[in-house]
Amino acid sequence: MDIKLQQVSYAYSMGTPFEKFALFEVDLDIPSKTYQAIIGHTGSGKSTVLQHFNGLLKPSKGEVHIGDRKIEAGKKAKELKSVRQKVGIVFQFPEHQLFEETVLKDIMFGPMNFGISEEEAEKRARDLIHLVGLPEHVLDKSPFDLSGGQMRRVAIAGVLAMEPEVIVLDEPTAGLDPRGQKEIMDMFYTLHKERGLTTILVTHSMEDAARYADRISIMHEGRCVLSGTPREIFADSETLESYRLELPRIVKFQRKIEKMINQNLSKICLTEEELSEEIAHALREGRDQS
Amino acid sequence: MMEKMIFGRYIPGNSYVHTLDPRSKLVFVFAFIIIVFLANNAVTYALLLAFTLLVVLLSRIRLYFLINGLKPVILLLVFTFIIHILFTREGDVILDLGFLKIYEEGLKQGIFISIRFLVLVFMTSILTLTTSPISITDGIEVLLNPLKKVKLPVHELALMMSIALRFIPTLMDETDKIMKAQMARGSDLSAGPMKDRIKAVVPLLVPLFVSAFKRAEDLATAMEVRGYRGGEGRTRYRQLKWDWKDSLCLATLVLFAVLLFIYRS
Amino acid sequence: MNEILSFNNVSFSYTPDIKDSRKAVDNVSFSINEGEWIAIVGHNGSGKSTLVKLVCGLLFPQDGEIRVMQNVLTEDNLWETRSSIGMVFQNPDNQFVGATVQDDVAFALENNGVPFEDMVERVHLSLKQVKMDNFLNHEPHHLSGGQKQRVAIAGALAMRPKLLILDESTSMLDPQGREEVLQTVQTLRDEIGLTVLSITHDVEEALLADRILFMNAGKKYAEGTPQEIFALGDKLVEFGLELPFATRMTNLLQSEGVQLVGQHMTEEELVNDLWTSNFNK
Repeated sequence: MDIKLQQVSYAYSMGTPFEKFALFEVDLDIPSKTYQAIIGHTGSGKSTVLQHFNGLLKPSKGEVHIGDRKIEAGKKAKELKSVRQKVGIVFQFPEHQLFEETVLKDIMFGPMNFGISEEEAEKRARDLIHLVGLPEHVLDKSPFDLSGGQMRRVAIAGVLAMEPEVIVLDEPTAGLDPRGQKEIMDMFYTLHKERGLTTILVTHSMEDAARYADRISIMHEGRCVLSGTPREIFADSETLESYRLELPRIVKFQRKIEKMINQNLSKICLTEEELSEEIAHALREGRDQS
Repeated sequence: MMEKMIFGRYIPGNSYVHTLDPRSKLVFVFAFIIIVFLANNAVTYALLLAFTLLVVLLSRIRLYFLINGLKPVILLLVFTFIIHILFTREGDVILDLGFLKIYEEGLKQGIFISIRFLVLVFMTSILTLTTSPISITDGIEVLLNPLKKVKLPVHELALMMSIALRFIPTLMDETDKIMKAQMARGSDLSAGPMKDRIKAVVPLLVPLFVSAFKRAEDLATAMEVRGYRGGEGRTRYRQLKWDWKDSLCLATLVLFAVLLFIYRS
Repeated sequence: MNEILSFNNVSFSYTPDIKDSRKAVDNVSFSINEGEWIAIVGHNGSGKSTLVKLVCGLLFPQDGEIRVMQNVLTEDNLWETRSSIGMVFQNPDNQFVGATVQDDVAFALENNGVPFEDMVERVHLSLKQVKMDNFLNHEPHHLSGGQKQRVAIAGALAMRPKLLILDESTSMLDPQGREEVLQTVQTLRDEIGLTVLSITHDVEEALLADRILFMNAGKKYAEGTPQEIFALGDKLVEFGLELPFATRMTNLLQSEGVQLVGQHMTEEELVNDLWTSNFNK
């Protein structure tokens, strides 16, 4: 499902003396099945953008296209439920949304709100609990008896159970330990590939954006200032710096090496594996020449 | 969430009224509420109105906020005005519609009562608009201090109030976030029959309580580790300073009360 | 060297009545000297947090003893001990007591009955030390996470503590906030020789320490300099941690057949090695 923002502006407390614009004329085009990263500092407007993807916020100006639905400024948007089923959002610290007596019921909450039968919802829950890396017996426990990391996984399962076509992730790994972080990110990437999802990752981690995203958009002071593939974005470190953003560590390291050997590697490397191959390759070439 | 709560909210500034000690403002407003009842004729009510306008000017608060503060009580105001017009039957008839006679006294009382409403709402709004909640808490704590003798836990109450105030924005944000998260999961708080709406509150309230308790626990730990063990032996960082301005403010009020007393009939 | 804190064979269980139940902290010993920076690392649930609660007397050990400034920590000297230890917790919101920045910094001072004039001086000084002196009257919800944590550090500093404990203080922050906080702590260490105990699962944060304590399942698995600890390699990964970036790169390069001399923890070391072992021949 495509998502498109056209000239979207958003103001909080519209029409009062406290009126404050958080977004200015944002254009974003996210074609189906893309892995899109949205990067920006706290307060850059990225969380405000995110809430437009399923109609939680309505633009003050401009329009949002979600699949074939159009949400326009100044017009009443009805029946947002169908949109919300197709666009699942995993908010930051999603464990804060758990409330049911058992994990099973909590995972079933989303699908059942959208009119899925109880049997089907339960079936989904039983499938998903393994997918998020938890044993099945957890389903009968109270979510509040689980550890923080386990609660996070249950909450994620609760969003996935809606079987959305688009999944929006807002800092999904904040506060987890390194292993937990990697497991969660890898899981979303596998889902993205296997189920052909459109994935939107809202983050301040350049590392994650480099590793997973097809396209990156940079938000700065309420504007979308830069969009492109990771390699395009990282090619221009000066522009990034003007938005107080740094290159991912891996690219910075590559630049160091390139400076040392006084020669550019054949491409910008986005993962550690890629970079070590490139370095080894450059070394062999250097040896063959001499 | 926050956007709906802009009335009666503190508007920082440095006007004469802003810089007054919260104690003098509190005493002033409470005394004023009593003094209002001294007025009983046209002259005294005019004085009341003039005095209030003077305070409004001194506070440099935009009229927008005061007018908006009136909104919740406007119905009550209109209602009492009509009651007085309908049911007071003294003085000359000034309008005779056959089925309804409006008397001079009725109109007068209606106007007076409206003025009384207006000045009370304006004065209390000015208190909250020019004084930060934490200053009001400080003021109340100091003013209630004598009650410690009768074992009222004044310090604890004030601390509770200040922590509550400190956490209001945090909890509002939290409510907003949880509400959106549940809406994204298809929960609908604004549609359907009453029964469904009440049920839809559960997914909001449970997480909110869980998180509030977690915060309370964390906060208690942090306070304990930072050496909090009750009001005994504590010193105060927030000092209140009584200035000549505060004395002036209260003296003016006394003068005003005397004036009202002279001109009332 | 002055000893600031020591654990001697300390054990603690949340369920001491149940026989053979797993102890949250199991026979742990270590000590911290004045001016040192010690990092305790371990994945979630390794017993790190229980360790912190024991240090500030929120829990008492069932076995062994804890000494703070060489005095055994007991219920009697609890408050005295707490006034010499500064703590910064994980959630920036849940430890901000005051209505404004300066009120919050003053909180511990008020609790300990410091006179007013003295308080004002200390509040201003400690806010200057964490570079938050332009935010005196800011309310917490107008501050970023990193700023709130710096205020929390200032609140601890105002008490002139012997030891500053960072209990996963950076784990909920964005990269910028984390950088701010770590930078602040490093500066303080250089300027006033502050002793630091940081509990973390962030490897780059642990690298800043003089010594690392590696916890697993309530036990001290290893203790040593960052070099010694990260030489454990796959063992760390197995226990849910990651290796420093430079170490990971070293391993990958070696598996690609690139010649390197030994392990590296910083990028500079690795770049230099790469140069001397391969290119500069």
